Amino acid sequence: MSFTWTSAHRAELDALKERYPSPKALVLPALWKVQEQEGFLSLEGIEAVAELTGYSKAEVYGVATFYTMFHLQPQGTYTLQVCKTLSCALNGQGTILDHLKERLGIEVGETTPDGQFTLTQVECLGSCGTAPVMQVNDTLHEHLTPESVDTLLDTLSDKGGSL
Amino acid sequence: MIKDIRIVSRRFNLPQSHTLEVARQHGAYRSIETLTERTPEGIIAAVEASGLRGKGGGGAPTGAKWRLMEGEFDGRPKYVVVNADESEPGTFKDGHILSKDPHLLIEGILLTCYALGAHDAYIYIRGEYYERQQILQHAIDEAYEAGILGQSIMGHDYRVDLTVHRGAGAYICGEKSALLESMEGKRGHPRLKPHQKEPEWYFGNPTLINNVETIATVPFIVTEGADAYRQYGTERSPGTLLFALSGHVNRPGVYEAPFGTSLMEYIEHYGGGIRNGGTLKAVIPGGASTPVLTADEAAQARLDYESMQGLGSALGTGGMIVMDESVDMVEALKNLMAFYHHESCGQCTPCREGTGWVDAILARILAREGNRDDLKKLLDISETMNGKTVCVFAPAASSVIDAMVQKFETEFLRYLDTGGAA
Ligand SMILES: Cc1cc2nc3c(=O)[nH]c(=O)nc-3n(C[C@H](O)[C@H](O)[C@H](O)COP(=O)(O)O)c2cc1C
Ligand code: SF4
Ligand code: FES
Repeated sequence: MSFTWTSAHRAELDALKERYPSPKALVLPALWKVQEQEGFLSLEGIEAVAELTGYSKAEVYGVATFYTMFHLQPQGTYTLQVCKTLSCALNGQGTILDHLKERLGIEVGETTPDGQFTLTQVECLGSCGTAPVMQVNDTLHEHLTPESVDTLLDTLSDKGGSL
Repeated sequence: MIKDIRIVSRRFNLPQSHTLEVARQHGAYRSIETLTERTPEGIIAAVEASGLRGKGGGGAPTGAKWRLMEGEFDGRPKYVVVNADESEPGTFKDGHILSKDPHLLIEGILLTCYALGAHDAYIYIRGEYYERQQILQHAIDEAYEAGILGQSIMGHDYRVDLTVHRGAGAYICGEKSALLESMEGKRGHPRLKPHQKEPEWYFGNPTLINNVETIATVPFIVTEGADAYRQYGTERSPGTLLFALSGHVNRPGVYEAPFGTSLMEYIEHYGGGIRNGGTLKAVIPGGASTPVLTADEAAQARLDYESMQGLGSALGTGGMIVMDESVDMVEALKNLMAFYHHESCGQCTPCREGTGWVDAILARILAREGNRDDLKKLLDISETMNGKTVCVFAPAASSVIDAMVQKFETEFLRYLDTGGAA
């Protein structure tokens, strides 16, 4: 496998470089773009970021593993990130999680066999006032109930797993 | 009786409040139109005189912090960084500013840059705030198109460029030096603090970091004056804060109130009281890093720095987690410690190991496999975590453990006396 920036990403990164005192600042923005292109961070993608920023591959790899939102493995089409922190726990996140496990037939950290859904638990999503919440890829879903979760999963399945 | 006062939230309820058009119709950027009639010193002096305190959790005086940026620093560029990492459980106020009034934040950033002689500003936003980032970026794009940001801001001979920098899911990057490490393309490890007061450093250049809400308060102070801000709040906690309510209240949300407001009145007035007419058991007053208050303590509490300190807790971010009598406090502490264990950056042994041990002991207690020694062990570990680490993450965790175990000991004992090897 090899990694090449899309021309749009390459241009964006070149423009962004002007905004910072050092190309080293581009590590996070560039890792985000790799993940956008590949769905996760491949070693080749990490190498491309190292080249761009002047850090070593090992340094960039160390950064990639530090941040929970970067994935070193391919994910399901939809990553369900159920908030498990206190305000959500006080408002029924346990019921939501159990419901998801049962409906999808998987445990936390697993992906459905068809590759559609990955179930994860995350810490506070900064939306405690609308608990319980979960984020599906980049979209936040609030005031969850087992029924609203069902509706949501039905809609996503209807899309046949394509975003 | 509570009177609604809106300084930062005054445009929140307008339809399309996040757009440049609506924001400008309702006063946005007026302070920038006349910017160069003011002196940088005048702006700094107003912020200083207002008594504004940092709204990211620590409450440090903003004026004094800005003064640290004065001087030449061998001609090195100065930077302004806005902390929009907002990951403290129970805290969701900055997200409201980003999505409901991003132009207020941009106006504050322009004033701050001009006052401090900075030309490049960054907003470090937590990775999970994707939708809020889209709204913010749209506002920034609009501001560039309108000539509000860029080479000559609103026609003045002054450049400001503003860039959004997206984090990637690490709570510790909210700590200012970890945030800068992250912005330098590294792991978010907090730096050792210097002994004397100095600015922060971004690639070795003097840098100011303030919270989103702190910066969003600056336009009011500059246009209305320091006294206008000081007329609200208390002597030592002047002004207002966007307090947030979550947990067992009828109307959770973000509501601005003057410092010094009674905590219970706030819960009644804005939160509509405890959910289902229940009774209050405890409140975590300022985000998950602040020690819990019992219902009796909450009844005496006022929402300001001094009152909270007097009760052995802290105002923190003002994000209150309200718990009714149905809550099992052992489970609540376990929930918080799982958070701490997960988010420790791992640099310091007492923090990395301590949070893990506490989490494991609590799991054991909850499984009714604990014994009475475990409570002492929890407090011992907690003591080891206090005051011996690079940043205050571990001491905060320590204070959270102590308060829960000491104030709700009987609940812990119930687990220990009915099972296990007690
Ligand atoms: C563990 C930890 C997490 C923090 N998280 C945040 C945060 O998410 N947002 C924030 O503004 N400040 C946070 N802070 C405080 C920052 O270090 C810094 O003091 C603050 O951003 C300064 O802005 P202010 O003076 O305007 O409050 C955190 C501090 C610590 C120790
Ligand atoms: S106290 Fe914890 S979070 Fe802070 S630097 Fe040490 S290990 Fe990291
Ligand atoms: S606790 Fe779930 S969003 Fe904050």
